Amino acid sequence: MNHKITFKVLLTCGLMISSVVELFAQERSFPYSFTLESPVIIWVLLVFFVCIITFFSFFVNQKAAKMLSQEKQRRKKGVEEEYKQFYLNQLNVQQIKRLLSIKKKKNILSWILVVLSVMPFNIYAQTDSSEGITRETIFGQLPVVITILLILIPIIFAIVFLFIKTKGLLSNVEKNRRYKDAKELAQFLQEMPAEKIEKDLVEKEKSLLYTLRHDELSGAAAPKDERGILKVLGSPGSPVVSPKKRAVPRPKVNPELSKLVVWYLISATFWLLFGTTVGEYIGIKFVAPELDSASWLSFGRLRPVHTNAVFWGWASLGMLGLAYYCVPRVGNAPLFSIKLGWYALHLINATVLLGSISLMAGVNNGGGEYREYIWPIMLLFGVALGLTLYNFLKTIAGRKTGEIYISNWYIVSAIMFVLVIALVAYLPFWQKGLGETIVQGYYMHQGVGMWFMMFTLGLVYYFLPQQLNQPIYSYSLGVLAFWTQILFYTVIGTHHFIFSAIPWWLQTVAIIGSVGMVIPVVAGTTNFLMTFKGAWFKLKDSYTLPFFLVGIIFYFTGSMQGTAEAVRTTNLFWHFTDFTVAHSHLTMYGIICFFIWGGIYAILPRLSGQEAPQITVGAHFWLALVGLMFYTVPLMYGGTLRGLMWMEGGNFIESVTFMAPYWLWRAIGGSLMWLSHIFFAYNIYKMVIVRHEVSIVDKAISELEKEN
Amino acid sequence: MSFLKNHKQLFTVAFLFFVALTIFAAIMPALDNQARYTPLPAAEPLSEDARKGKELFIANGCVACHSQQVRNLEMDKKWGGRPGIPQDYAGMERTDIWRNTATLMGTERTGPDLTDVGNRQGSKEWNLVHLYNPRILVEESIMPSYPWLFEYKNMPAKDDVEVSIPDEFRRSSRGTLVAKPEALQLVAYLQSLKQVSLPEDMEAPEFLYASDKNRKKSTKISGGDDEEDDMLEGEMLYADHCQSCHQPNGEGMEGAFPSLKGSEIVNGDDLEKYVEIIMNGYDEHEEYGPMSAVGTIAEFTEKEVAAIINYERNSWGNTGTTVTPEEIKEILNKIQSL
Repeated sequence: MNHKITFKVLLTCGLMISSVVELFAQERSFPYSFTLESPVIIWVLLVFFVCIITFFSFFVNQKAAKMLSQEKQRRKKGVEEEYKQFYLNQLNVQQIKRLLSIKKKKNILSWILVVLSVMPFNIYAQTDSSEGITRETIFGQLPVVITILLILIPIIFAIVFLFIKTKGLLSNVEKNRRYKDAKELAQFLQEMPAEKIEKDLVEKEKSLLYTLRHDELSGAAAPKDERGILKVLGSPGSPVVSPKKRAVPRPKVNPELSKLVVWYLISATFWLLFGTTVGEYIGIKFVAPELDSASWLSFGRLRPVHTNAVFWGWASLGMLGLAYYCVPRVGNAPLFSIKLGWYALHLINATVLLGSISLMAGVNNGGGEYREYIWPIMLLFGVALGLTLYNFLKTIAGRKTGEIYISNWYIVSAIMFVLVIALVAYLPFWQKGLGETIVQGYYMHQGVGMWFMMFTLGLVYYFLPQQLNQPIYSYSLGVLAFWTQILFYTVIGTHHFIFSAIPWWLQTVAIIGSVGMVIPVVAGTTNFLMTFKGAWFKLKDSYTLPFFLVGIIFYFTGSMQGTAEAVRTTNLFWHFTDFTVAHSHLTMYGIICFFIWGGIYAILPRLSGQEAPQITVGAHFWLALVGLMFYTVPLMYGGTLRGLMWMEGGNFIESVTFMAPYWLWRAIGGSLMWLSHIFFAYNIYKMVIVRHEVSIVDKAISELEKEN
Repeated sequence: MSFLKNHKQLFTVAFLFFVALTIFAAIMPALDNQARYTPLPAAEPLSEDARKGKELFIANGCVACHSQQVRNLEMDKKWGGRPGIPQDYAGMERTDIWRNTATLMGTERTGPDLTDVGNRQGSKEWNLVHLYNPRILVEESIMPSYPWLFEYKNMPAKDDVEVSIPDEFRRSSRGTLVAKPEALQLVAYLQSLKQVSLPEDMEAPEFLYASDKNRKKSTKISGGDDEEDDMLEGEMLYADHCQSCHQPNGEGMEGAFPSLKGSEIVNGDDLEKYVEIIMNGYDEHEEYGPMSAVGTIAEFTEKEVAAIINYERNSWGNTGTTVTPEEIKEILNKIQSL
């Protein structure tokens, strides 16, 4: 029988594969000019899908066969007696009690029937599992591919549903069998002589009821703890969330440094609140364009206020604050100069403050994204980073370790690179005409990839092993990712201007670079995930690790999405739409922000000795994550469809009204994200503000001391 | 390895590696581009007003939603007659000592591309009303209003440009709505945005990814056998080219755009004048703004003109006679030969 099934399965698979191959051949002579280069994904999915169905039918087949053979065996004489004895041995105390009382009443049959009759009689006539995929040649066309992908989701759900229902049907059959067995068992029990059964059952009940007293070994007296090993924990934590591990108390950090780091993080949090409040406001403007009519609050002016505040204010200060902690630490040497750190902090705060005011007043560098601040303002930022670079280099020069830990490779490089990037972007010599756009492409992507990403990766190389309490999986992978990141990332800037007047070769280089990014991203992701190896259990006990894990996941998906977006084919329908907005939030928020938050929750308790309430950390995490999903998924979906509408040459304004529901979802997601930042700010407050609580024990002792 | 233990070596190598790639991927192409290209001979420098208008365009961050680039893609044909080339941007230089060059190519198209908006929507009246509140003209628009570019004056001066809008959109019950110089400058800039024609010895790059479906569609427009189809095409063309002024209900806007509902020209017999207006624009009535040469700019075929006319004559209670593409063809030939 089994051989037969295996043969059938193999035959089906073979047929499927051959039809797939055949379809591939047809695809070549496909008449449309717009086709995917290779709709491999569709076929992989299809094969996967077929495998599911095959597995499913295999499973049903096996199950049915098993039931049939069981039934057959039971029909054989002699076996039946064994079964009944088996059931008897399985009785638990409750059942024995009931059985004994029933036995006394001599009314077994009806009771047994009640005990075992819990069968809902639903027969689901769900047998049609054919998914009916025709062999038409339209599979290469992208809208069709997308549609198929979208349709496949409900179909897979349908199959899962079918699977569950069929399982239900099978278990009903099983239940019916048991029902029959129960009847037979009841008959058997009734026919048994009362004395025998009572004796057996009473003994069995006694043995089942036996329990230990739990103090057989220790005795009843209270423990005596001469060495102070035992500790009595306080309350078992909040009843709503599961309690996580508390931060490990560490030797005190230099209070001067600690103060510096704390102020960096407080400033960062302020700019996060400010920047995302602005973002939330302009997100709402997509739904309600007449929200206000003040020139200072108009959409075009506030948009750069939002992006620049979260870039230079929140993320940059957050990263730098964490770096002031970990750069000296991994070199096992003190920070070169705390004073320089303060200067840098003031300069960056001034940059964002002046920049936001000037943008709202309509003073704008020229419309290139993320370099809207005019140069005198951005210069402050540059000086701040110059000071920081000097400070960190000096710190590293004075390190006590031989090697330079990989974190510092990334962090110091990020600062060097962002200085180069800013100079290239703000020096006027190469910015006439299209030169400005070429530099803009370079600038806006290097700003993201060489500043935020590079820096944050450096932080993760420190914080992730620290929080997992085990070394990074592979130092070499980190080194590989470092050099390949520089090699590929530097050239990908112009992929923001595919099909524009920018030289075609430069666009191609950018696309190749974007594809090359697979190497550092896969290397980095593998490295981080493998660092978790053997320590996954720590995830559920920690409130910092989930932040890192989300960051790692988005590091992979967000970056790969970037690669996918850079290709010419996808540019057709994704470029200029809100898909890009979704992508930038998926990466800047999903990767950078989550990593920074993880880092902050990891070190602030060490600096201040105080932790945030775990429930508000949880609220922050979940609201941010769920909000991000609500924000990005509708924008990606709507953006794709909008791009397709443009390709079909429809009316432009129709594509605007079409986006309305997706913009509404974005505003909802944005609101959740914004709410999570309120929780985050509260957590910062709880971690930073030192409350002088009166310790009852301390107080009592000092009272005694006073008296004596 | 000393390399990994010597921070000077490590960071110098990383730094130089990055700088070299930067020179290759950004500085060198940028320098090459600005040395290689000069503006097209037909390009006109911005007028003083338009230049100030561009500064307002930058200051108000219009580039956040409006791109200014026609990509060499079939789908971008809508925004210009040819793909953009480096020469289109070659004349642009640093705004002033504080501010960088602004090519304003943009990365988002929440709103339409503006490369050729001066041709597509050159009407000053339309632009002023639209800037004051876009939803007066395009109900579904989500563009911000720019009321601070306008003011209400009790006694407008002689050379003040009055803007007439429906009462429900007025922000003040008293005075006449007048455009401030800033509004006029911004409109001047928008009007100046026209794709420059190439010199004769230069060939425009091709539009790529022309799909069969679109090609089929355009031949379908010229099919015209099926009356219902014809009407649908007419409605689409009307929505694309006429509706923003004459409005979806055909009633236009008092004081700016004449009503087509019950219009003498639409319903009358003077087909020649009707076609002439569609193709070459119209400016004979003091009380309305001038209409630009919509048909010529959009390169309407006789079938498209016929579809529009038939749509207009059969909508909003109009009762004109239906026309055939052949009739229009004759008139078009006559107009062109003039």
